[in-house]
Amino acid sequence: MKGDMASLSVQGARGGILRRPSATTGWLSWFTTVDHKKIGIMYGVTAFVFFVLGGLEALLIRSQLAQPDGKILNADQYNQVFTMHGVTMIFLFVMPMSAGFFNYLLPLMIGARDVAFPRLNALSFWVFVLGGLFLYSAALLGGAPNGGWFGYAPNSVTDPTPGMTFYALGLIITGIASTVGAVNLAVTIINMRAPGMTLFRMPVFVWMGLVVQLLLIFSLPIITIDLFLLLFDRRWGTLFFEAAQGGDPVLWQHLFWLFGHPEVYVLILPAFGIISEIIPVFSRKPLFGYQFVVFSGIAIGFIGFGVWAHHMFAVGLGPVANTAFGVTTAIIAIPTGVKIFNWMATMHGGELRFDTPLLYSIGTVTMFVIGGLSGVTHAIVPSDYQQTDTYYIVAHIHYVLFGGAVFGLFAGMFYWWPKVFARQLSERLGKWQFWIMIVGFNLTFGPMHVLGLNGMIRREYTYPASLGLTGWNQVASVGAFVIALSILLFIINAVRTQSKPKGLENEDPWDARTLEWTTACPPPVWNFDEIPEVHALDDFWHKKYVEDEKTGLPVPVQAGGAPEHDEGHEASGGHAIHLPSPSFWPLVASFGLPIMAYGILYSWWLVGAGALVLLVGFYGWAMEPSVAEE
Amino acid sequence: MRKKALWALGASILGLLLAACAPNASQSTLDPAGPTAQSEKNLFVPVFWIAVAVFVLVEGAILVIAIKYRQRKGRERMPKQTHGNTRLEIGWTIAPALVLAVVMVPTVSLIWQLAKAPGPGALNVTVQGRQWWWGFQYTDPDMKESYGSGEPITVADVLVVPAGRQVYLSLEAAGGLIGPGDPPDPAKADYVVIHSFWTPQLFGKQDVVPGRTNHITFAADQPGTYTGQCAEFCGLQHANMKFKVVALSQSDWDAWVQRERAPASTTVEGLAAEGRAIFLNPLSNDRGTCVNCHAIGGTEAASGAAPNLTHFYDPTHTCFAGCDFDTSDTEALKAWLRDPNAVKLGAKMPNYALSDHEIDALVAYLQSLT
Amino acid sequence: MADTTVPVKHTEHATTTGLPSSKLAMWLFLSSECMLFGALIATYVLYRGASVKGPYPVDVFDIPYTSVSTFVLLASSLSMVLALAAAQNRDIVRMRLWLLATAMLGLTFVGGQVYEFTSFYHEGLSLTTNLFGSSFYVLTGFHGAHVTLGILMLLSLVGMSMNDRLPDEQAFPVELVGLYWHFVDIVWIVIFVVVYLVPAGEAASKVGK
Repeated sequence: MKGDMASLSVQGARGGILRRPSATTGWLSWFTTVDHKKIGIMYGVTAFVFFVLGGLEALLIRSQLAQPDGKILNADQYNQVFTMHGVTMIFLFVMPMSAGFFNYLLPLMIGARDVAFPRLNALSFWVFVLGGLFLYSAALLGGAPNGGWFGYAPNSVTDPTPGMTFYALGLIITGIASTVGAVNLAVTIINMRAPGMTLFRMPVFVWMGLVVQLLLIFSLPIITIDLFLLLFDRRWGTLFFEAAQGGDPVLWQHLFWLFGHPEVYVLILPAFGIISEIIPVFSRKPLFGYQFVVFSGIAIGFIGFGVWAHHMFAVGLGPVANTAFGVTTAIIAIPTGVKIFNWMATMHGGELRFDTPLLYSIGTVTMFVIGGLSGVTHAIVPSDYQQTDTYYIVAHIHYVLFGGAVFGLFAGMFYWWPKVFARQLSERLGKWQFWIMIVGFNLTFGPMHVLGLNGMIRREYTYPASLGLTGWNQVASVGAFVIALSILLFIINAVRTQSKPKGLENEDPWDARTLEWTTACPPPVWNFDEIPEVHALDDFWHKKYVEDEKTGLPVPVQAGGAPEHDEGHEASGGHAIHLPSPSFWPLVASFGLPIMAYGILYSWWLVGAGALVLLVGFYGWAMEPSVAEE
Repeated sequence: MRKKALWALGASILGLLLAACAPNASQSTLDPAGPTAQSEKNLFVPVFWIAVAVFVLVEGAILVIAIKYRQRKGRERMPKQTHGNTRLEIGWTIAPALVLAVVMVPTVSLIWQLAKAPGPGALNVTVQGRQWWWGFQYTDPDMKESYGSGEPITVADVLVVPAGRQVYLSLEAAGGLIGPGDPPDPAKADYVVIHSFWTPQLFGKQDVVPGRTNHITFAADQPGTYTGQCAEFCGLQHANMKFKVVALSQSDWDAWVQRERAPASTTVEGLAAEGRAIFLNPLSNDRGTCVNCHAIGGTEAASGAAPNLTHFYDPTHTCFAGCDFDTSDTEALKAWLRDPNAVKLGAKMPNYALSDHEIDALVAYLQSLT
Repeated sequence: MADTTVPVKHTEHATTTGLPSSKLAMWLFLSSECMLFGALIATYVLYRGASVKGPYPVDVFDIPYTSVSTFVLLASSLSMVLALAAAQNRDIVRMRLWLLATAMLGLTFVGGQVYEFTSFYHEGLSLTTNLFGSSFYVLTGFHGAHVTLGILMLLSLVGMSMNDRLPDEQAFPVELVGLYWHFVDIVWIVIFVVVYLVPAGEAASKVGK
């Protein structure tokens, strides 16, 4: 931040190494860009690559469990695969994919030219990418993390392979990336809104973005400390989780879930925000009870910090704690349920256009309802004694995080693809993908409820034939490959779409309601020729339609429907727009952290080298001129 | 052609469903065999049906709305713009709150009921979770060994209880470093980690946490065998950290206690006697010794680091090494002795490079330990 | 703060809240830091009196010594305030002097901590001796690292001011660094009270009981 201040003040360019790169096109520009849109796209692409990796790991898991006494993986490999599946899907796919959506859309939706700190934005992206690669590099350096994404101590401390050290360091690195990104986006939302964009004129997606960033800002430091303690225990022999020395392994769990439960909402709220934008557009009605949806989102964020021990009902915290956390868990179900009803009421009486974005949104709602209801059966604590650590929970989290978050993210991809790429994904392929995915999804995770109730524990690499679990496991494995097929269809769809020439017949293809659709597709680097002035919630819609006072029906405004971006208001826009030039220092600085992390594993010299890279990066950052040489 | 394929598909799906519904519910939470699991099921089932009702209502409503308000081809209708209805929204905030409040009443009551310690007359057993097997110590005064210094009866893999009587379990994470050498080979170390003790038909799980002692109270209504396993991820062989609970009738129980209190049989001869010598003495060429880790009552072998083998071949002790193998399976026993890691990756028992003859002798000895 | 002078001239258009974005970001960052230290201090408190063997806090703590270094750190907050006041009065020379003084006081504190760690180590308390050692060194070391970072920031400020690389409005970056510096000081007060002053040993509440 200090750097930004300093550099921005230095007027006039200086030469030499501190010269800022100026190219905004070409492959190199992707490494130096500070444009929130390019960074958003990079987040999306990178997250999708990790999604495919995590998916392949899931296929390995399901292949192994397709039959009793499976021989495809041994115990060691299986533990690495299921750990990396969880870590990848949570930290390297859903979080950065949501970050991609937020990066690209938040400034557009609030009428800003960029995020508050463009170079910090680039920094958090590169730190995330390198953190992910660092985590995966463990597979080549003695074994990937194998203690579960939840890394329970002391098992994660005592495991002799280096995997869990990589886990601790890697998640600290991606956590730093997320914290920096969250501060940046939160400041953007709070401070960069267009004139008239009051808090209660912000789209729900922006609201959810704000809640998510605040959740991250307050919860990530907790797991960072937890990972620190784990790192110290593993690497330098401290005694934090060593029961024989008075340490308490349960401390790990408290700190982990104090982060971990808000994290669940970090994963799901972006999807809630996305479908809260999509359902009104495709129902051609405003969101029913906007304020209720916003407040329930905020409430979820708050209460989310008070339910962590429901992951620990069987730990033996005692009846008082179990009662308290059972009750808070029941309470958090209420604001979550409210949203479901509001979405339903939005659709009620609407004119539903079943394009892919709406299909995926309804998929999100219907699947999340199942996850929510099975969640209530965990809140009744004694029943959870039977269910916890079984496939019943695996089913639950996938209905919430796949059924909820992933379906929602796909809804967003289909909805905003024209905005981002000026091309439209094939609706036909998209609908095929949706139906295949929802069938595959239910085939995979539906049976897991039964498996769990029949006594199949989580995280086991094999099960005996005698338990009668084989049939449903086979169904689940078939389902996993059906999901894979649907993802393949999406990849085909994306590649085919991107190979077509750019251009949309209608730059507002869905008849949307929010600001991002008032600018060109894709938006110019400066987003808006003129910063829009906002007069209402769903401002764009109100520019296109007026509500008839008697009938409550919208009437199109004459000739006001089309986006106005082409008729440049040169008076204030155009050349006067000052945008930060690209910079390669964020990329340089981001290499410092993983180098230091390798150093912690291998040699103090490397730690010094990494710190030096970091320092040089930030020095260059602070010293470089604010604009490129002409 | 196509019809045939459909039939085949239908038949195979049906086959799958049948296989899934086969009456092999030995680890099902919905088939309780004792009051603890029964009370947990009694809480789950009504809540499950409430959830089903909500599911049908909500998903049904979504379906109806989706069909009723879909855009018809060629129609350009603009719907009425409704922005919200505070009364309605307050209503659907309160409704689920009421349902949840009702559900929480029996929940809280059962939490406290299950947390109560049993009255006198319950059988006290200390459960020890190790990587990756379970040990059981009977700590009541009338359950001491009749030999030596009168230690509690100690068994592994199979928890034997009298049917109908309350059992009070104390769960302890145990372990330590196995084998000679300082520092020991970390790959062979038996670490103290968290486990979770669970027999679905008898009781829900409680974690076994180092530094804490958790408790479970349960009873088995009828004599029978109930399977269970560790439910908290505990490392490589988490999947194979299994055990059995065997509930015996009163007379069988008395007989079992009688047998367990007695030392191991000493009247072995032939191959078994040879095995006994191999067991009790250091192996040749510094390969180590069995008694470093194992105990056999009535001999000088008394280490508690690995399963107690005193009555290894007792009829109730039907499985060994985390219940991964059948005790009656001689071949499995031999394979285990030849190289434990080959049949159970990560097993803490080292490969002692035993010759075939040594293995045969040890198996004969183990089979004499009734 | 932004009363006499116009803050941040680089912003094209005023921010929504009127607060400079950098300041808002600093506040958010510091609130995140609060959770960080909160988790660490909670860990220390949880493990107070849980060590199964010595040395215990009473065996190694030298309260007068640490009180002096605490006073030094508190004094640095005062000099930070003076630096900011000088910057606001556009008295660049004084600003540099006070910034240097702050950095020196911070260095004295860190040096004192290094000395303290060394003497504890010689009295038999290492990172791995017992839970007290683990949680004490990690907590106070973590704080020391923050102070060190703050010193680096102060020295960079001075350096940039010498090279004329600070914005004309010098007070703003000084204020940002000041926010961080005061935060680190406040955290130390909490640590000093919780770790050094609240007597350990009495709280024999063993973990998990």
